[in-house]
Amino acid sequence: MTAAAEKIDRPAGLLAELSHRCPLGCAYCSNPLALEARESELGTEVWKRVFSEAAALGVLHVHLSGGEPASRRDLSEIVAHCAKAGLYTNLITSGIGLTDERITELAGCGLDHVQLSIQDSEPAPADRIAGYEGAFARKKMVAAWVTKEGLPLTINAVVHRSNVSRAGKMVELAVQLGARRVEIAHTQYYGWAMLNRAALMPSLAEAEAAIAEVEALKTRLSGTIVVDHVIPDYYARTPKACMGGWGKRIINVTPSGKALPCHAAETIPELSFWNVQDHALEDIWTSSPSFNAFRGLSWMREPCRSCPRKEIDFGGCRCQAFALTGEARNADPVCHLSPHHGRVQEIARNLVQVGEGDHALRYNYRRMKAHEPAQ
Amino acid sequence: MTTGATTAESGCTPRLPRGVRLKYDETRAEWLLLAPERVIKADAIAAEILKRCDGTLTLEAIVDDLARRFTADRARVEQDVRALLQDLAAKRLVDL
Repeated sequence: MTAAAEKIDRPAGLLAELSHRCPLGCAYCSNPLALEARESELGTEVWKRVFSEAAALGVLHVHLSGGEPASRRDLSEIVAHCAKAGLYTNLITSGIGLTDERITELAGCGLDHVQLSIQDSEPAPADRIAGYEGAFARKKMVAAWVTKEGLPLTINAVVHRSNVSRAGKMVELAVQLGARRVEIAHTQYYGWAMLNRAALMPSLAEAEAAIAEVEALKTRLSGTIVVDHVIPDYYARTPKACMGGWGKRIINVTPSGKALPCHAAETIPELSFWNVQDHALEDIWTSSPSFNAFRGLSWMREPCRSCPRKEIDFGGCRCQAFALTGEARNADPVCHLSPHHGRVQEIARNLVQVGEGDHALRYNYRRMKAHEPAQ
Repeated sequence: MTTGATTAESGCTPRLPRGVRLKYDETRAEWLLLAPERVIKADAIAAEILKRCDGTLTLEAIVDDLARRFTADRARVEQDVRALLQDLAAKRLVDL
């Protein structure tokens, strides 16, 4: 690294969105509303170069994600390349598009870990949330193939209004499926989830009951399964340390090669992003304007600037600050010290009331403009 | 499913489960334990313990080897090894 770069932490993780194509239509998808088309996806050789550069830069974990990464026919080749570069390779998948044979092949290529999403603990609501008939049954098969192969499995579930009463059941299902780790994450409102906020937002009482249930299971199941729990933003008092700090730990690369400090960063209009096709990953990490925009502490305003937690939560999420206050440099209004905090609670309250009628629970499913099925 | 033991019983043969990897990271010049969504720095002592968790050596053999290699008090070494392994087992980073 160059002398100037030495003051910057090395990135620990690369989130590689290999493709935005996905057979599921989850209404809380973290992808942007403007999904990138198949024609714009990076080729195999460019991805390989990116992963080699990532390893040299100090990246430890590679998360192969999407969309559905299994939509890519070169997935095995990519996994083999990552493994050869010494990267810890994690496949983040819906499971759709994977077969027993393909999982065996991926394991043989050096895949370290599989993270499989579930939408609910019950088949019918799970398939409704995914917008895909039979998804739940297929995922159970995929979990069995993964564990049979001896690959460690994480189950992840996003919590929202229609499954919030079964948060604990989803943890129990993860144990049954043989997972060593489960992520129970309350919905974060960006992209598709922001579009569907009224249909997704649980009430405070529902969220609190789910949190208590999952925390109790976390203790009870210690040694059986690791429970990672992301609590709901809109009902929090202090914000999350989004991405572990902007430009501090994570690089996100989109299917077309745009390098983002956070998967929602494109929602901040003042930022522009360098592409891995034009720049080496190290240059992007150390020198691109978007990675430096909110790096460190100097960009902060009050109440963050003088806050004792500023190096704990870094002022929260820039994208959320922009979405809810119109200025990305403001404190994340989830924070009780933000002058906009009352507004967040008001939004949540109003949405819960609005959503009491059935009509509000209709989802705007995540779809490409012209939907392409996975292979 | 398998439920991991979290008590380091005598005669157990600790091992890193698949998906958990001890790696010397050249870029940071340190030992790291890599697991799903987790990176744990391993200090010199932890790294020496974890290098021996290969599923063949018993807890006692690991303690004997470390006490001999570093001419350390065996009881003290055993205490350190048990503490580390039990902590990591609760996080499902070591199988006992």
